Parts: sequence; C-alpha cells; structure tokens
Amino acid sequence: MPTLFEKIRDRHVVTAREDGNVLLYIDRQLIHEVTSPQAFEGLRMAGRSVRRPGAMLAVPDHNVPTTPDRADRIDDRESREQIEELRKNALGAGVALFDITDPRQGIVHIIGPESGLVLPGITIVCGDSHTGTLGAFGTIAFGVGTSEVEHVLATQTLWQSMPRRMRVTVNGALRSLVTPKDVILAVIAKIGASGGTGYAIEFAGETVRKMSMEGRMTVCNMTIEAGARFGLIAPDETTFAYLKGRPLAPPPSLWDDAVADWKTLPSDPDATWDREVALDASDLEPHVTWGTSPQDALPVGGVVPDPEAQPDPAERARMRRALDYMDLVPGTRLTAIPVDKVFIGSCTNARIEDLRAAAAVAKGRKVHAGVTALVVPGSGLVKRQAEEEGIDRVFVEAGFQWRLPGCSMCLGMNPDRLKPGERCASTSNRNFEGRQGPGGRTHLMSPAMAAAAAVSGRIADVREVAR
Amino acid sequence: MIERFVPLNTVGVPLDRPNVDTDAIIPARYLKTLKRTGLGVGLFFAWRYDAGGAERPDFPLNRPSFRGGKVLVTGENFGCGSSREHAVWALMDFGFRAVIAPSFSDIFHNNCLKNGMLPVTLPAEEVRLLIDAFLAAPGGKIRVDLAAQTVTGPNGDVHPFAIDPFAKTCLLEGLDEIALTLKSSPEIHAYERERKKATPWLFLDLAG
Repeated sequence: MPTLFEKIRDRHVVTAREDGNVLLYIDRQLIHEVTSPQAFEGLRMAGRSVRRPGAMLAVPDHNVPTTPDRADRIDDRESREQIEELRKNALGAGVALFDITDPRQGIVHIIGPESGLVLPGITIVCGDSHTGTLGAFGTIAFGVGTSEVEHVLATQTLWQSMPRRMRVTVNGALRSLVTPKDVILAVIAKIGASGGTGYAIEFAGETVRKMSMEGRMTVCNMTIEAGARFGLIAPDETTFAYLKGRPLAPPPSLWDDAVADWKTLPSDPDATWDREVALDASDLEPHVTWGTSPQDALPVGGVVPDPEAQPDPAERARMRRALDYMDLVPGTRLTAIPVDKVFIGSCTNARIEDLRAAAAVAKGRKVHAGVTALVVPGSGLVKRQAEEEGIDRVFVEAGFQWRLPGCSMCLGMNPDRLKPGERCASTSNRNFEGRQGPGGRTHLMSPAMAAAAAVSGRIADVREVAR
Repeated sequence: MIERFVPLNTVGVPLDRPNVDTDAIIPARYLKTLKRTGLGVGLFFAWRYDAGGAERPDFPLNRPSFRGGKVLVTGENFGCGSSREHAVWALMDFGFRAVIAPSFSDIFHNNCLKNGMLPVTLPAEEVRLLIDAFLAAPGGKIRVDLAAQTVTGPNGDVHPFAIDPFAKTCLLEGLDEIALTLKSSPEIHAYERERKKATPWLFLDLAG
C-alpha cells in the first residue's frame, strides 16, 4: 500500500535516527553557478572532497546573457566570476560540465531530463527550488539550499523527515489551447501558495496520464509555488519512450531490467493519502495571474478582483498591496491589461512543445507595436530542434527576438530584465514583486497565451486570437 | 560549523505581511557573490529603499525604535519561493537570529537550521498578538529561549514552541552536520555496494 514517494524513499534509506528522520541516499545532483560557490568553498575550508563526482552535472544558466556574443564577453563582472568559479570547481572536482559554449548548455532543469540522467525511482537534488520539475519522471526530486548542496557533495546523502502525502487528481480532456500550465495555475489557485507546504504532491488522473513529458514537467515545475518541495507523476510508457536512447539513460544491455524495475514504482491502488484534491479539467479555461503570488490566477475571461469583497482582513490587506504594486483597478477585464514585454522561456515553459505552441499562435501575425517579445529556448538542444523545424523563422518573421538558452527574464539576474513599471506577459513561474527586475510587473500564463499577448499588445484570450 | 544559538533578549521587529518570498528578502541581483557574508545590504532592498535609493521611513527595519532588533515577527508562509540560502545569510548579516511566524516554507526553514538561525512556528493568533504589541509599543522586548523552547512577549506573555530535537541540539551546540554524517560512512559505502548490484544503471559516470 505504499505511495510512489514512499517506495522511492524506502529504497534510499542508508540509516535512520530514533526520531524517524532518515539518511537518504542521493543518486544524482545538478549544480549551477549561483548556489554552489559557497558549497565548494565550504568543502575546501573543511579539507573535504566531492565524494562521487560522477553523480553530478554542472551547468551555468542563471547568470548567462542570452545574446549571441556571450561566449566572447560577459559585461557584468560578478556574473562572469560566478560562471568562471563554476567552471573551476567542476573541472577541479572532475564533475561533468555543460559549459557556456557547449551545445547541450541550458536551464538546469531542462538539460537534466534531456540528457537522460533523470530516471524513474531516483533521488535527485539541485540548489534550486524548481528541481521538483524532475518529479515528472517518478523521482524524488527537490530543491535544497547551499548547505545541503555541500552536504551532498561531501556525503552523497541528506537527512530527511517524511513529508505528508497529497494526491491531486485531474480528470477530463483539456479543451483546445488549454495547456498543462493552465492546469497547474488552477491547482495553485485552488490550494493556495502554502497549501502544499510539508507535502509531497503526486499528480494523477487521466488528464495527467495523457500529458507529454514536457507537459508533466511544467506541472511538477510549479508544485513549489503551492509550497510543496516535491511534485511526482508515476512513470509509464510515455516516460520510458522519452528516456529510451538518451545519452545518459540505461544502455541497451540494462534497459529491460531498468524498465521492469520502474514498473513496480507507481503508488499501490490502496495507498493512503493525508489529503486528496480533485480538479475537473474539462471546462478549464486559459489562466492568467493578476497579483504578486502565483495563487492569484484566474480564467482569462475574468476581471481583476476587488479586495473589499474579501472577508478576511489579512487577505484583504495582501490583495490591496498586490493591486497597488501591479497598478491595477478592481473590475478591470484581464483582457484589457496592456503589456510592454513578453517573455517565452524559463524552466517552466521553454521546451520544444512550448515553443511549438507559441509559434503556432505567432505564425503569420506580428508582435504589436511597442511590445518587446523574447523567445528563449530552454537549452541548446531545444534551440537546435526548433531551428530544424523552422520555428525560429516563424518567431523572427513575427517580430520576436530569438535568443540563446538560459534562465533569462525569469529572475532578474542577467541582462534580460524588466525596467521599473514595465508589465510583462510571462511563461515563467513567479510573479513576485521585482522578480523579473526591480519594479517590474509579471502576469503568468502559458506559451500560447503569451504569444497571443505579444500580437495583441495586451493580455488576450488565445482562443479568440487564434480563431 | 555554525554559530551556537544563545538566548535572545532583544527588540522585536514586526513585518506584518504573509507570503514574504525570498526574492523580497534578497533580490536576485545580490546573489552574484561567491561569499556567504555581506548580504545584509540587500536585505528587503525594494521595501527598505525607494527608487531614488532613500530609506522608506515607514518600513519597520528603518524605524529608529526597531533598529538593532534580532527577532523578526511576521506572517504565514515566510521564505516562500526560491531556495536561495542567501535569504538566511542576508537576515543574519543584518543582525537577525530568529524569525517567528505561523508557518515557513520548507526550504527556508531548513536553510535557517543549517546556519544557526532559529525559525519559531507559533499559532497565527499568538503571532498576531506579538505583531500588534510591537506595532502598538515600538521598541518592546522579546525573549527567545531555545533550551526552554519559549518565546516571551513584551507583556510577559509566554509562548511555548515545538522544534525537532535533533535540530535543537545542533543549534544549541553549533554542530557541523557534515562531520556528523561522515560518521555514517561505512553505512553509505555498504548501501552503495548493494545498490550497484540491484540498479547498476545508476552508477554510470555522468562525466563519461
């Protein structure tokens, strides 16, 4: 009767303490330039070394510019130093590195699955909260702080308590132009930004089963925005087909054994849950956020909500603050909100399927006058595939900028960022104050919806734009 | 090695907001450092300073009566969002040693414990009382005693709190968790030997 999470956890227990916490073996760790320098420094200061360099993969993504000349020059000295430090640390320890000029470089949560190193049943961590993305493969994947990055470098383990178990079941066929991004925004709106705190969330139901691996990754990616460190989806034929033949997946000699093992992982039918949530996706509409928390999502046909209608005084105060920051008036139709910038990218929505969906809307249309629109592929391999399919030309002809891979405008750390007061239709994951640059205002939505916003100059219902 | 947690008797600093995210605690542009120190300058930057770089006088951390306080008292889901440990480093660099809230994000909570910062979870009503007391009489003192697991408010109100016993020991003694785990090296080796037999595909060297 164990759940998927419990089965994976049980096979990774190295030892247990009397208080019930276990020392969990960590199969793999992904490393990026922002949260790792202090971890490597900590190792050096304590005279320790990396225990299993072959279980790690490093990539620069947060700081990297997305402009073509980046291999020759990175103007920001601190960004350059972090990227150089990652290179030094990885090479020094014998850790694999997809460096800035490597065609496989990209956003850490995108290149891991692409290379085939994220496999069902494994434990994997990264110093990044969106590591839950990788739970789409039926893994225990979670974000950790720098101290835990260092702990894994030194010991290949982490101490863990058992999270509570939540199952989110999504049933019903998604309507045309409604996407996994809309599903996860609706889930977060339903359970709240802290509704998943302390939980591992397993996503189940026919809607999830029918999603591609790309769509499943989008769903698991934003589990952290509901407070849960872990989002999981049971592995199935879709998972196995995605993995087969990838460079770091099990070789042919071990493939059948691996698949046989993975098939034992799904939660037992009589598994017990601490909380169950159900969502009917059959009448789901494209979603957009209006506020400064990912829980502030509404169907695109809606209006900016009125804080004064909110009975809870703390929530009323929060909503007032959010509307003040977003410079929005209650009652305004969401489709009447103009945008200055459009960002299609990030670990949430920069995989090939996302770019195809956005390109289908952009094709034959033009970016609205006064709008700057960026498309940032999640990796060099996604970029190459998109170019083979002619997707880059669709975007460029429509007036979008076609960039090099990286985290880009998701987080305001590299040159791609909003100016104070600018408003952005974004496929990323966080609409926090200042997230995309100081004073910037973010509306989260799917790639198709972002492309619709780009050609409309305002938030738009993609179903009307694409009609 | 983390600093030992010593009992606090200090000014309580109220930050009356829920869902304070780690981008608000320390904006991403301050994460470009290679160090753990010096991050206090960026703490709550957008809330502490206006667009021209001047201090916003009404923000609690800028009010003279709250300066020097080592305990932040705030709303639910504190530290949500990014896993950046820099959020804890920034709070500590600024002088904070404990945060009291009705709930914390899981990663931020963990990050506190690894650095000798005490996250205290109290019922929402009790946090409300404390915040209201500090707002009504700025400069009021708060005591935090980890050994006794109590917080004492400015009006003598005592609030017991729970904490994981192992985390408590680590904080009180300033233990190095990696050194403790390395004592389990024989078990880790034994585990790896078994796993290599059962699932050899997980021992493929990623560096090729």
